[in-house]
Amino acid sequence: MSPAAVKDEILVFDRPEVVADRATHYCPGCHHGVAHRLVGELLVEMGLAEKTIMVTAIGCSVFLYNYLLLDAVEAPHGRAPAVATGVKRARPDNFVFAYQGDGDLASIGLAEIIHAANRGERLSIVFVNNTVYGMTGGQMAPTTLIGQKTTTCPGGRCREREGMPIKMTEIIASLGGTVFAARAALNNVKNIRQAKKFLKTAFEVQTKGLGFGFVELLSACPTNWKMNPVKANQRIETEMIPYFPLGVFKDLSGEGGVC
Amino acid sequence: MAQNKRVFIKGNEAVAYGALAAGCRCFFGYPITPQNDIPEFMSKAIVDAGGEFVQAESEVAAANMLLGAGACGIRAMTSSSSPGVSLKQEAISYMAGSEIPAVIVNMNRGGPGLGDIGPSQGDYYQATRGGGHGDYRTLVLAPGTVQEAYDLTVQAFDLAFKYRNPVLVLGDAILGQMKEPVTLTPVAKVSKAEGKAWRLEGKGKRKPRLIKSLFLDEGALAGQNRRLEQKYASMAVEAACEQFQVKDADLVVVAYGSIGRIAKTAIRKLRAKGKKVGLFRPITLYPFPGPALAKLAKAGKKFLTIEHNLGQMVDDVRLAVRGFADSAFFGVYPGDMPAPEDFEEPIVKALRRKA
Repeated sequence: MSPAAVKDEILVFDRPEVVADRATHYCPGCHHGVAHRLVGELLVEMGLAEKTIMVTAIGCSVFLYNYLLLDAVEAPHGRAPAVATGVKRARPDNFVFAYQGDGDLASIGLAEIIHAANRGERLSIVFVNNTVYGMTGGQMAPTTLIGQKTTTCPGGRCREREGMPIKMTEIIASLGGTVFAARAALNNVKNIRQAKKFLKTAFEVQTKGLGFGFVELLSACPTNWKMNPVKANQRIETEMIPYFPLGVFKDLSGEGGVC
Repeated sequence: MAQNKRVFIKGNEAVAYGALAAGCRCFFGYPITPQNDIPEFMSKAIVDAGGEFVQAESEVAAANMLLGAGACGIRAMTSSSSPGVSLKQEAISYMAGSEIPAVIVNMNRGGPGLGDIGPSQGDYYQATRGGGHGDYRTLVLAPGTVQEAYDLTVQAFDLAFKYRNPVLVLGDAILGQMKEPVTLTPVAKVSKAEGKAWRLEGKGKRKPRLIKSLFLDEGALAGQNRRLEQKYASMAVEAACEQFQVKDADLVVVAYGSIGRIAKTAIRKLRAKGKKVGLFRPITLYPFPGPALAKLAKAGKKFLTIEHNLGQMVDDVRLAVRGFADSAFFGVYPGDMPAPEDFEEPIVKALRRKA
């Protein structure tokens, strides 16, 4: 290619500087990469990257720190909101977010997420819900849908035995300290754009000191769902969204926060 | 914060005073008897001093908040009592693995299980053997007086940052609830540069920093454990103890914390009766002051370990004096409250025993 040809090119897509230039360990069709990128884009666009402290949780996304080039601390399983509370109280001028999966946030870490939200901690939570424990091999999560087969409910999740899948965004929205709570999906461009919008508001409620911001992202885990990526994307549309409806469940960002 | 002042306070309050003097900026607590005075005091005092107080949703959360603040290089602490400290072990293990400085206070109560709210030394093993999962150590300081509760809490913060390691202050219900005069000795201000080489503060223009305990690459975890082993070995210089009338003693009583205090009174009474007995009181339980004890063993002393449990520290005493001596043991059951007179007979008995 001649230098003249390069000159004529218009750059339409680039990697945000905080997103590492490396292959991920994620499976084909996994949506963690999309979620990571949305977070990275926003931190750069909002000028927050240099003052961000990121809390990573247990699960596939523990390696978030390999892909987002930010100051980071690793939390024990489920404890990311407590660790993030400690970070934010210690460094109130920094931007602090935690990135958690559904086993981490909605099962073992239920107390920590509820109380961080209820206290109105100035934190942003990115909650990736793919209805399974991914890293440990696809066991049943609190978000596993009725009838969904996993390695620990091989006959399919049964309401009588395992209860109903838990709707976290609705619960978080009901708490007094929550300023923004929304659910988006990462299965198509339209939904991804909506996810970015929600994440931006969740980040803004922290930078404005208003309170707790929470975004749930419905995501695919093709490997543990035993589907190809296309089918997995379709499953989000046909099975997950009907049970986990998309949208904003609480938004007090225009009302000056919680206290 | 008043300094250089003489005050009449509880052991729990002395811990809080010490923490504030040492520049503690974040306190994460949860109610449990007999340590409630600490979070109650801190909920106002640390906020007045410009710091942060959080009453956490659980002991688990409080310890993990501590992990987060410690990763930022901020002086922070939590306090609890035995059942609560069990719940904190998860985060203590992570902090040891991630090399995060933190101070954890345990006002030991009776166990196992819910036990009671009275004094006990039942948590000696838990405190000195790591306590959580994995192979690690925390520094353990065991105050015997309310003055020491103040002084050792100050020192705990310095040691936590010196070694980038959790430090335990191990008291008991006696120490926490007992009032004594304390001199609030002045403490130098914390350097703004503390932890500058590793603390999280946002990457700014530098390379990002990562504080973690997960090491999956081949050889990485072994390397981390080797580094930690070297660090623990380097802590040996911190070993501290009180030796009382041991020089001419035929029998040395080994006891720590409140029990050391009670044993001291018993020894004074026996000395008045002409019995050649002395006291060796470990002030650091990890590192255990074994070399100082070994010296006494080489000098031909006999030993009696007295504890408020079924016999835990006596293992460390026997290890320290092995080859030269053994140690007899006298235990007070958690749930019972010993008086100096209770120790006199066992001491005399051990004194008579052939070496």
